[in-house]
Amino acid sequence: MFGLESKDGRLLLLVAVLALLAPVILNPFPEGSAMSQFNAGYPDLMQRFVIFGILAIGFNILFGLTGYLSFGHAAFLGVGSYAAIWSMKLVTMNIIPSIIFAVIVAGVFSLIVGYISLRRSGIYFSILTLAFAQMSYSLAYSVLTPITGGETGLQIKSSDTPLLDKALEAGEIGRANLFGYGMGSSYQLEFAGWQFTFNLGYYVAAFVMLISFYFAIRIFRSPFGMMLRAVKSNQQRMNYAGLSPKPYTLAAFVISGMYAGLAGGLLVAMDTQVGPERMFWTASGEIVIMVILGGAGTLLGPVLGAGFIKYFENIISKINESILQGWFAFLPDGLQDFMVAVVYPFIGKGWHLTLGIMFMLVVIFLPGGLIQGGQKIGSWLRRKKNVVAKDSTTKPAE
Amino acid sequence: MDQIIVQVLNGLDKGSAYALIALGLTLIFGTLGVVNFAHGALFMLGSFCAVTFSRLLSFSHEVIDETRTDFLGNPLKVQVPYIQDWLGPDLAASIIQWSVPLSIVFAIPVMITIGLIIERGLIKHFYKRPHADQILVTFGLAIVLQEIIKYFFGANPIQTPAPPAFNGSLDFGIWLGFDPVTIMYPYWRMIYFFFSVVIIAGVFAFLQFTTFGMVVRAGMADRETVGLLGIDIDKRFTFMFGLAAAVAGIAGVMYAPIVAPNYHMGMDFLVLSFVVVVVGGMGSLPGAVAAGFLLGILESFASMPMIVQSFPGINQIIIYLVAIIILLTRPRGLMGRKGVMEE
Repeated sequence: MFGLESKDGRLLLLVAVLALLAPVILNPFPEGSAMSQFNAGYPDLMQRFVIFGILAIGFNILFGLTGYLSFGHAAFLGVGSYAAIWSMKLVTMNIIPSIIFAVIVAGVFSLIVGYISLRRSGIYFSILTLAFAQMSYSLAYSVLTPITGGETGLQIKSSDTPLLDKALEAGEIGRANLFGYGMGSSYQLEFAGWQFTFNLGYYVAAFVMLISFYFAIRIFRSPFGMMLRAVKSNQQRMNYAGLSPKPYTLAAFVISGMYAGLAGGLLVAMDTQVGPERMFWTASGEIVIMVILGGAGTLLGPVLGAGFIKYFENIISKINESILQGWFAFLPDGLQDFMVAVVYPFIGKGWHLTLGIMFMLVVIFLPGGLIQGGQKIGSWLRRKKNVVAKDSTTKPAE
Repeated sequence: MDQIIVQVLNGLDKGSAYALIALGLTLIFGTLGVVNFAHGALFMLGSFCAVTFSRLLSFSHEVIDETRTDFLGNPLKVQVPYIQDWLGPDLAASIIQWSVPLSIVFAIPVMITIGLIIERGLIKHFYKRPHADQILVTFGLAIVLQEIIKYFFGANPIQTPAPPAFNGSLDFGIWLGFDPVTIMYPYWRMIYFFFSVVIIAGVFAFLQFTTFGMVVRAGMADRETVGLLGIDIDKRFTFMFGLAAAVAGIAGVMYAPIVAPNYHMGMDFLVLSFVVVVVGGMGSLPGAVAAGFLLGILESFASMPMIVQSFPGINQIIIYLVAIIILLTRPRGLMGRKGVMEE
């Protein structure tokens, strides 16, 4: 399928089906039931899943393949977002030009940053990218206020008159759209207590995510991807073979920067505002955590990690003490309070603690991330099954 | 001229904090070869040692004071710290006022213990793993530490005042023959600077003039040979991690009156101190100290109104800009040794 091996084709198909049915799959609990707070099938969150999935896929092309740990990837996301919103303000509210513009600007910016940063490797590369990202953040926050809106950021206002769009009525604020269809428009399906929301914005983002996932697979399986892996495993040997790693790593850096710009453009397309905090270095750290948690160097891992973190950030963080009291209500009073006291630090506002602990555990025990964990459990189960099968065959017939 | 002196002075206290953190980072890197992203968190823990200590001191019980009445006419209930019962009111009051400098005594054993636990429990297992893994695991540790602090102390900064004797500023300019009130320098910041100089000198003296320090320096230069001589170098390096944690910790204790401790202050300092270490040269102790003061002073120079007017925004980015230029022109940093982490 599309020049993929059958295994990769199946993976792509699986992701496509999951993305298509996400509004249903992520809403397993009926509306109004006690578990409905775990439903993640609302448009805003689903959009975040796929957009940060794109970001993580892009980061993985750099870190997973070449091993260069960039601590400044949020800068490209931010630059892409600013580019996209200016395109909306000046040219048209249609999202396609703005996303293309975002990718191009982020690509050029990452070319400059990459050209300089890639002169060093290892920890120095990490520090250099960090320095560039912090510089862009500080500049966006202070001096570049005319372009970036400073602390308040940029929003679409009623005074904005895009060049190609029809004039709006007085006071009306332009909406991001795809040839006239608004990103916010969705179709509600009621089904025996369940409520499913099919949102246009989500499907646009999911479609873009599928395309980026497809490209990532092609890169992973191409000779170019092989070169990138060579950079990771032994640069010296690559040099001796007469190959310079520089153009390959730079290409990987620019590609992943463009992915980040794409994600930034999509974020603006879904929610037309940008602020400089999007470029702060903790945002870059979050991208790193996503990819490592899911599994660096694997195809599906980064998407999984992004979904995992965004789920935590939006669902688990909303659980407060009274909800917990409700959960443990079946226990005797003293035990109930005890359980709440034990569990509460780890969820709700303390979700970062759980995230930090999980991240450490993954780095220590599962360098391949959650994907590796899944594979280990899978192979363990299979071995167990085999042992059982062997046992049954070796039993003497009585 | 007076402007320049003011900026140098302003840069000194920030530079001292950078230098102290960078010194600890370099100690850990030079001995154990580990890139410790949790070092800022250790600085933050030190600050909270000061907070905890002052809270411990003010543990109190209620006493009914018969001589006074509250607004309802009942006898007034007064909170009396236990320490006042034991030591008498005058001494207790001055101890509570001096809680920040006194908490150094409390912070040193606590920070050394924390350092040893971190090294034995976690970092020991990462010597053989790539630097990227070390960065990641210590980054995770930093998140965990700061979230634990946030759980116990809340997300808001906690004011921790310096002893009242050090309130106010020194009119520094008079000594140098300027008009009064041209060069004012807060007492506490001056103390912080001298304190950091003492600590830095102490660490260097410890490494230079004690047998223990000599062995550690030998281990930094050639770990294997020292091991072959029958010296348990790992044990000494573990202690150096504890020492580095203590240096970061007391840097944090003394910084508490300057910036009210909050749970993410470590992360804010960490990024800058890494830049400092890289500028100074990975693994070079004098380099780290020099770069710390240099960048601190540069930063305050760049925020002079005159300079900000001609280069808008330069005060925000100067440190990063300098770091980028240095890394590209002098790959080893200012004083980096040959062969240490060149790639």
